[in-house]
Amino acid sequence: MFSSLMMNTWITASIVAVIAGMTGFFAVLRGSTFAAHAIPNGAFAGAAGASLLGINVIWGLAVFAVGGALGIGALGRKARHDVVTALALVLMLGLGALFVSVSTEYAEETYSLLFGEVFGVSRGEVLPIAGLGLVAAAAIGLAFRRLMLTSTLPEVADARGVSTRKTEVYFLVVMALATSMTIPVVGALLMFSLMIGPAAAARAVTARPGVAMTLSVAIALATVWASIVLSYHTNWPLGFFVGVAGAVFFLLSKAARIRA
Amino acid sequence: MHYLFEPGLLASGPVRTALLIGGIVAVASGVIGVFTVIRGQSFAGHSLADVSTTGGSGAFLVGLNQFWGFLAAGVAAAAVMEAIGVQRRRGRDVATGVVLGAALGAAALFLYLDTQQSSTTGASFTILFGSMFVISPDTIPVLIASGVVAVVAITVLARVLLLSALSPDLASARGVNVRLVGMAYLIALAISVSLSAVAIGAVLSTALLIGPAATALRVTKSPVRSLAVSAITGVAATWLGVILAYDSYYWPPYGHGWPVSFFVVVLVVAGYLLTYVRRPRRVAPRSPHEGAECSPA
Repeated sequence: MFSSLMMNTWITASIVAVIAGMTGFFAVLRGSTFAAHAIPNGAFAGAAGASLLGINVIWGLAVFAVGGALGIGALGRKARHDVVTALALVLMLGLGALFVSVSTEYAEETYSLLFGEVFGVSRGEVLPIAGLGLVAAAAIGLAFRRLMLTSTLPEVADARGVSTRKTEVYFLVVMALATSMTIPVVGALLMFSLMIGPAAAARAVTARPGVAMTLSVAIALATVWASIVLSYHTNWPLGFFVGVAGAVFFLLSKAARIRA
Repeated sequence: MHYLFEPGLLASGPVRTALLIGGIVAVASGVIGVFTVIRGQSFAGHSLADVSTTGGSGAFLVGLNQFWGFLAAGVAAAAVMEAIGVQRRRGRDVATGVVLGAALGAAALFLYLDTQQSSTTGASFTILFGSMFVISPDTIPVLIASGVVAVVAITVLARVLLLSALSPDLASARGVNVRLVGMAYLIALAISVSLSAVAIGAVLSTALLIGPAATALRVTKSPVRSLAVSAITGVAATWLGVILAYDSYYWPPYGHGWPVSFFVVVLVVAGYLLTYVRRPRRVAPRSPHEGAECSPA
């Protein structure tokens, strides 16, 4: 279980958990849950397109994720945010359906892009994810105060000259980059579960931002580690355990708060 | 005309089924979608669709018709979302997200077991993206009946739904049980989402639910007119999508049609974006009534 091949899995999954815990905290705080779901899922279509064109999947993911984030940011100003998010998501997925149906040899990869293939991570894939993880963590760390202010007190932020809209787009793009690059490894659906479950659980326990974010990262790590162990032994997909663990942590923290 | 209408289009059995079911699905989704958009529950609508994937893949596993799986999972998820507070504005997206995450995990497991069992990956593609051309004839009566039930339920509840969406306080002051109405609405939504999951696939059913309704609400502010516009837009997009998909057998790559779901989604989104082009700029201050409708209340 701790063989050299599995080490890559452990390292990658831990990096992904830290990114997910950090971005997820703000996704939950800002009410961007739907965008957190839509961007990684839509980006999956980009991967299908890239593979159709025969270029590196990463480029397809990046184009679709950042394009989706900018589209939601731009149109979301003028119309209902959830409507625009929904339409951006289905447009990307519709293209994905086309790409997948046109390229015949892609069907097996569809499954792993949606649900992840964490047990086949190569050394070459670990480095880009580690680098990206650092960039995403730095981007969130640098804008921490700004993100907190626009999330909790948008009027005060506006009065102080902090642009709510620019911060929103900034956050969506950071989330897009952080989540979509990890899709080939962990899958679009798993990334979402990992962002929302731990962050929601952490928020239910404490209101203090620093503590909540640390807790969110810790729960995400615990979720991923437990899921790897269970998945390794049962051979069931990792996404199943991550999804269920997220819900369990959320319910536990709710119960803990009611008790307290 | 032959470019658009290939000869033999209407003589083909699967095409007639697709047009019939597509039309029903589009009307049901269009009508219910208007309330989904007004109530600001696009995420809930999309989540119910994704959650129904879990049911669809589970049904495939035990050899049931997918529709029953879609329906069972959708209704169950609607009940759970209601129980953990999807009606409350604050925190409901998070509640939806947690349910969705858990359900997607289960879907991952079922699809994995499906592929173990039948060693094909076609199952996951059909469940996720659907195809109107492969609806089995014996499900048609069930699909029609569910569509009618959902539309009738929503029409009966229309006034109450609108009131409780725009002003929950006023509704409860008038003796409306807001939670019960919300629950009834979520179940109707689950039924309509299951319908469109069969027709254009679980992950794309959001297109028919949100797209036509959002377009209609940008074109007109009258609730009744927006219901009509939404249903008509949905049906138009679906039928045109079916026709284009039929034609696409003659497009590259030859001998392999493009998916219907792709055309429907593109047409729906294009319709929504068109409302940005044609809409004259407003100068007059907004009336209070309109403000209430536009706010995410």
